[in-house]
Amino acid sequence: MNFPILSSLILLPIIGALFLFFTKDKEGNNLTAKYVALFTTIVNFLISIYLWIAFEQSTSNFQFIEDRIWIEGFINYKVGIDGISILFVILTTFITPLCVISVNNSVKNRLRDFLIAILIMESFMIGVFCALDLVVFYLFFEAGLIPMFLIIGIWGGTRRVYSAFKFFLYTLLGSVLMLVAIISIYWITGTTDVVRLYEIGIDVKYQNLLWLAFFSSFAVKTPMWPVHTWLPDAHVEAPTAGSVLLAAILLKMAGYGFIRFSLGLFPVASETFTPLIYVLSVIAIIFTSLIALMQEDMKKLIAYSSVAHMGFVTLGIFTLQQQGIEGSIIQMISHGLVSAALFLTVGVVYDRMHSRLISTYGGLVSVIPKYSILFMIFALASLGLPGTSGFIGEFLILMGAFKDNFLVAVIASLGVILGAAYMLWLYKRVVFGKLINEDLKKIVDLNRSEYFVLSCLAAPILFYGFYPDPLINTIEVSVSDLISMHETNLASK
Amino acid sequence: MENLNLILPEIFISLSIMFLLILGVFKKDSSKITVNLSLFVILITTIITINETFSVNRETLFNGSIVIDQMSSLMKIITLIGGFLVLVISSTYLKIFKLYNIEYPILIISSILGMMVMISSNDLIVFYMGLELQSLALYVLATYNRDQLKSSEAGLKYFVLSALSSGLLLYGCSLVYGFSGSTNFDIISNQLNSNEYVLTFGIVFILVGLAFKISAVPFHMWAPDVYEGSPTTVTLFFTIVPKIAALTVFIRFLYVPFLNLIDQWQMIIIFLSIASMIFGAVAAIGQTNIKRLIAYSSISHIGYTLAGLATATNEGIQSSIIYISIYVVMNLALFSCLLMLKRKDQYYEDIDDLSGLSKNHPLLSLCLLLILFSLAGIPPLAGFFAKFYVFKAVLEQSMYFLAIVGLLSTVVAAFYYLRIIKIIYFDKEKDKYDTDHSLWLKFSLTVSTILILFYFIFPSLLIDVVSRINII
Repeated sequence: MNFPILSSLILLPIIGALFLFFTKDKEGNNLTAKYVALFTTIVNFLISIYLWIAFEQSTSNFQFIEDRIWIEGFINYKVGIDGISILFVILTTFITPLCVISVNNSVKNRLRDFLIAILIMESFMIGVFCALDLVVFYLFFEAGLIPMFLIIGIWGGTRRVYSAFKFFLYTLLGSVLMLVAIISIYWITGTTDVVRLYEIGIDVKYQNLLWLAFFSSFAVKTPMWPVHTWLPDAHVEAPTAGSVLLAAILLKMAGYGFIRFSLGLFPVASETFTPLIYVLSVIAIIFTSLIALMQEDMKKLIAYSSVAHMGFVTLGIFTLQQQGIEGSIIQMISHGLVSAALFLTVGVVYDRMHSRLISTYGGLVSVIPKYSILFMIFALASLGLPGTSGFIGEFLILMGAFKDNFLVAVIASLGVILGAAYMLWLYKRVVFGKLINEDLKKIVDLNRSEYFVLSCLAAPILFYGFYPDPLINTIEVSVSDLISMHETNLASK
Repeated sequence: MENLNLILPEIFISLSIMFLLILGVFKKDSSKITVNLSLFVILITTIITINETFSVNRETLFNGSIVIDQMSSLMKIITLIGGFLVLVISSTYLKIFKLYNIEYPILIISSILGMMVMISSNDLIVFYMGLELQSLALYVLATYNRDQLKSSEAGLKYFVLSALSSGLLLYGCSLVYGFSGSTNFDIISNQLNSNEYVLTFGIVFILVGLAFKISAVPFHMWAPDVYEGSPTTVTLFFTIVPKIAALTVFIRFLYVPFLNLIDQWQMIIIFLSIASMIFGAVAAIGQTNIKRLIAYSSISHIGYTLAGLATATNEGIQSSIIYISIYVVMNLALFSCLLMLKRKDQYYEDIDDLSGLSKNHPLLSLCLLLILFSLAGIPPLAGFFAKFYVFKAVLEQSMYFLAIVGLLSTVVAAFYYLRIIKIIYFDKEKDKYDTDHSLWLKFSLTVSTILILFYFIFPSLLIDVVSRINII
């Protein structure tokens, strides 16, 4: 296989962005720009589907590897995917076209620039999931800050400047320590190639500090309690499409990083710090669920629910059990779909009513039934009802957790109940009840593009809820090999 | 007989200066022709120097008082190209302020001559001669807009403080001479290995003098005022060209005569570096004038450059040189943008004047965006790689404290760069600025922005050039 398929996945959105750059930005009518962006992202999605078909599931080796010398004797441009990363790549290419379709309602001015930012963002995100060299990974990981900063800052709500700064500086602060760790790894082992590092391993005496440096970056990005405070701000202020990208994909970079780098490179340290992660995850699950209960702003509520769900993810990853890690990956994919859908549903009513406050709404079911049904599917998926993808993820995570630590698993299970509480309560207050607000009587149901986008998200949520095998088959071998590698590393320490 | 071919660039440039002076005296209204001839002179000198690079590895002249090696050639080339671009993009500005005289190009090339002597110096006296030649030219340049109070103040301040630092430098040189019995760097290097306290004083005095010239904290006080007061094109010259020469001299001093005394100076350099990085980042936050802000940002950039020097390895020196080269490109780009902020023959230099620039000038704003993110060190732009090499060298020596402090101060620095971006992109727009810029200004902005943006595709090119520099 000589065709550089991953590089073309990474490059295509940038080429699309270049095309967009040369289209004229007309006020009011931006169909050309939109079609160019849509075309690019759909082609990218099709390529990634081909990637999934061509992907060999029976091995945990990296596939579609490209390896080029970049800085002589130091860094190679190396990309490749295995069972863990391919799902994230597909998630990215799947969510981005939906963002592009949904964009016309929420972004009024400078649509072309917005689409350019989204496309550039997509290529950086794919890069993160494909990178097999630490420096290349860092480059993509950090570069994503630039478009996201602009998306929040230019097209955001009233407190956009504060939120954009907070987002940027928090993540940058977390990441610089990772850069120190990456360079130190180079000097300790002589390479930054992840595959080579998996083989040779890193001396145990350095692992704790290096793990902490990586942790500082991933914990901010995940986000874990107590460094999660940037997320609600960023979510609330970002335009709908920005929130979708942020929740669906950006947060997954950190979870992916934990699996790929923290577990893979520092097995001993991961074992040492498991209690820390457990405590932080459990606090995140319980504490942020309680906060979510109290929210009056819908977007903020969903943002806090994201923190709680990511708490499950980190918990699952560090159970170091087959089920736990598989559950975490499925939970991340599922959360990617569900949170994207929830932000879009909030966006739909926000575009009509210009309010995100729960108290504005009530009794929507009698005026916009189609919307209410789809919203229900997403709300139930978010709380993990059996038959939705959310259930598979949470169930596997808790199974892994029970194997490893009974107490933690019990507390985390309580979080599931809280999750149900805030989600159902939100749904009840927004959709059911009496229609009090007079303005709501004139609200119109979903238009075609909104209906299409939300259905596109509902379909996989339900499908993988009933039949998760395609997902599990894809990740199974990679995860089990990761765990066996982890165990041999631990045994030989 | 000495091989005078080796200092052909210096000979050529000094003869040209004399010729241009005579031309200026005898021909009326010769400012335009002087500028063009000066550009031509710099170009020819650059070509000669580039030509020299390929044939020379390391040669000394005049009893070893002048050295021509890979480092000196590279630094001279950067100096000359920097000088050329400064001269070429400043003409509109000078015409508007009625400063378009013969003195300006002549002062610039005289200071370049001084810098070239500094860069090649291998002897205390030759070094001092070059330093004074460039400094005197720079004093005059700082006050060049003599009708403005601020410009005169800047020049006077610069003159007084710089003279003081030159005094310290001379005193240090005399102490070192007293201990080694020679002014030649190579001989000093062999002589100095004692642990005499007074010798340490000599080194400290020299380092203080040099730190003043590159405006490292705590010897930076002159920089913000001088940068703000001088005419913008002169500020541009100040921020890039003299720094290259001063850095080269810094490297030479540390790694030739004082190489055996690493224990004595390493802590000083680390301190200068950390102090500059932190102070530059923190002090820039409150600034409202772009030129002042650039002054503080250049202080913090000098801190990163010094971090590379503190490692006492060839990799460290190379990373510093890479850093300063990328820094030159970024500053050139930034000032090109600044020189474009002109409306009806008036230049604007407050940060608030950038407000909402992206609405009316999308391309200029995009360039500024890239430049500022690059200055903040965000990948994949060139500024990130500059920091990356420095910290790679620093971490090789396991100097974790320096690396972590440096990287944390980039986060602080990111704040004020972000603030400018916020003003450009998020705030309300103001009136349009002129768009009839000179071709050279557009050229320098375009080329430097492209270099910043696409540096990541071929990072090896610069590394290959710089990796030939092996001082130790």
